Amino acid sequence: MARPTRVKVAETEVPAPTMDSLLATKEIVVACGPGGVGKTTTAAASALMAAVNHGSKVLVLTVDPAKRLANALGLDGIGNAEHQVPSSAFAAAGVKPRGELWAAMLDTKESWDSLIRHHAPDAQTRDEILANPLYQNISGRFIQSHDYIAMERLYEIHLSAEYDLIVVDTPPTRNALDFLDAPERLADFFSSRLLRWLIVPYRSKLVNVATRPFYQISDRILGTEFMSDIAEFFILFQTMYDGFVERSKAVGRLLSDRRTTFVVVSTLEATPLREAEYFAEQLTARKLHLGAIVLNKVLPDYLQGRAGAKVAEVMKERSEELAVALSPVVGAADPALGDPEQIARVLGEVADSYLNFQVVALREMEERATLAVTPDVLATVPFFDTDIYDLAGLLRLGEQIWG
Amino acid sequence: MTTDALTPLLERKLVFVTGKGGTGKTTVASALALLAASRGKKVLICEIDGKGELAGYYEAPPTGFKEKEVQPGLFAMTMDTEASLREYLKLQLRIPIVGRIGPVAKAFDFLAAAAPGVREILTVGKLCFEVRDNGWDMVVVDAPATGHIVGQLAAPQAVNGLVKVGLIRTQTDWMLEMLSDPAITGLLAVCTPEEMPVTETMELAVRVREETTVQLAGVVVNRVLPELFGRQEEAVFDALTEQGPLAALDGLVDGDAAPVLDAARLAVTMRRTRSTHLERLRAGIDPSVPLLYLPFLFTRSHGLRTTRQVAESLGEELGY
Repeated sequence: MARPTRVKVAETEVPAPTMDSLLATKEIVVACGPGGVGKTTTAAASALMAAVNHGSKVLVLTVDPAKRLANALGLDGIGNAEHQVPSSAFAAAGVKPRGELWAAMLDTKESWDSLIRHHAPDAQTRDEILANPLYQNISGRFIQSHDYIAMERLYEIHLSAEYDLIVVDTPPTRNALDFLDAPERLADFFSSRLLRWLIVPYRSKLVNVATRPFYQISDRILGTEFMSDIAEFFILFQTMYDGFVERSKAVGRLLSDRRTTFVVVSTLEATPLREAEYFAEQLTARKLHLGAIVLNKVLPDYLQGRAGAKVAEVMKERSEELAVALSPVVGAADPALGDPEQIARVLGEVADSYLNFQVVALREMEERATLAVTPDVLATVPFFDTDIYDLAGLLRLGEQIWG
Repeated sequence: MTTDALTPLLERKLVFVTGKGGTGKTTVASALALLAASRGKKVLICEIDGKGELAGYYEAPPTGFKEKEVQPGLFAMTMDTEASLREYLKLQLRIPIVGRIGPVAKAFDFLAAAAPGVREILTVGKLCFEVRDNGWDMVVVDAPATGHIVGQLAAPQAVNGLVKVGLIRTQTDWMLEMLSDPAITGLLAVCTPEEMPVTETMELAVRVREETTVQLAGVVVNRVLPELFGRQEEAVFDALTEQGPLAALDGLVDGDAAPVLDAARLAVTMRRTRSTHLERLRAGIDPSVPLLYLPFLFTRSHGLRTTRQVAESLGEELGY
């Protein structure tokens, strides 16, 4: 029996997903991956492309942008506030965006303070926490403080319903996965029986037989004064427990929402790529949406060919003979450039350089071919020989990510 | 008067190696340890944030808290703060709590996670203890990345500021003494000649000076690209890429020479972009801090072969 042709039509009409379609349909894009692979720039370029090509209001939330990138986004000295990238910056880059691009930077300390203000049950507790000698120290490096606050801020901004799309850059962490666990870990922390157990004697002065050895050891190691400082701090924090737990659950729900997708950024170097693969696998295992993998700083294709290598080898082996033949042509305009010895040296260097880079390019190609995960979108971005420091540069990068 | 020269890197007993992610921090740390061991020193290398992968740089199976010999004279270990606490309680406090260590360690681990500096103290404490009591000629630390290293190195002061009495206080005093002595301890920062790594390294140098007592013993500039041409040679290269000479070259080599020339152009531009960052680094770092340059490795290999190549380059830079 003949198949109904309608099915065929439908099949051909569903195009393969691209970064374009991903950014056009999702509300939150989380850029993550190992350090030093261009995560921040990728997040900024993606947000910019969405603002330019889709009629959307887009926010890019960055953590620690390079100074010139911050300048390009008008973020210099802006801090935590959301800020619209001015139309003059777009004009300078020669584009007229269909939508709007907004940018904000994550200030951990400021975000923590505002979180305390939000969750504190009363003004007195709020002031006591903010003034606690341990708070300043702890807010800077609370367990995964940075990670938690990034997700918390994302939640807050999403709740404000101000943007069609939020692209968030994740903080450099020791482990790329930390920020996923951060909300839950923080909730665990506050609900911990250990925490209550820890602060009991400082609340009631009652120490039972079971806990005595712990306090004896702690006091010997840390001193009673420090222990009671810590306890006081946690007693204050306990008052905010319900708020924190509720909030961190909400953050968790947001991350697993269908409207959220994750873009894993990497290079084709072995170590970051293994980390990125692991990360992509974990996303899938947690039922989070892996939207795309972006491979940055990939060496150009022309470095891979066997033909190129053959030419380079000939240039290297016969450099002197080639130089003599080339001397009249090269020195035609300026005879000083026609010295055969010098031409031979240049040919040799050029050939060596090609063969050197080919080793790296072939290794990269092998890494790409054996990539252990297959995302819907795999974007490859070539090596840019100059830094990106303005919107025009970001656009150039964005167009490559777009594919 | 000349200023005192810094203690040479290999003569220090405790060297922390840090760097932004992706700059080759672990490679440099493992190469430094290999270099020291190859010069007859008894060396311990300790990874702080890893899970035993550092041993792979020596083609050895993953390591744990107890050090293992991975190359002749070179031992590797992986930091584990809970194990460090257990060792501390046993050795320093003589608390025989093998049976009860579970809940206590759990509680302490919990406290360490929450209280500033306690986890860091257990890490730094273990390293100082190894230097003082276990007879190593050198302890190399594959330390946390630039974003976290200051907190690590400043932990003894931070704890001293919060804890006025108790055993920890006595401990931090001698640790601080060891960390502050530039003849013993030094920090080696690894970067690549790129925008963010250079900026972070310059910021790190300031923070290390202002917030810690540890001396910046050197900056490794990793993955430096070779200079292809002198000025006159570059003019020759430019002439070669013109239409006429290129066509002649195509004919002579019986193939398409354009990709080969394009690759050289890319290499030249890459080096040029990077050299501006290198100049920024040179201008921004105190001139007494030695800069050590390591070449970009055009190699197919990982593991021990790479570690050895980097160790050789490092040795040359240090004048060995």
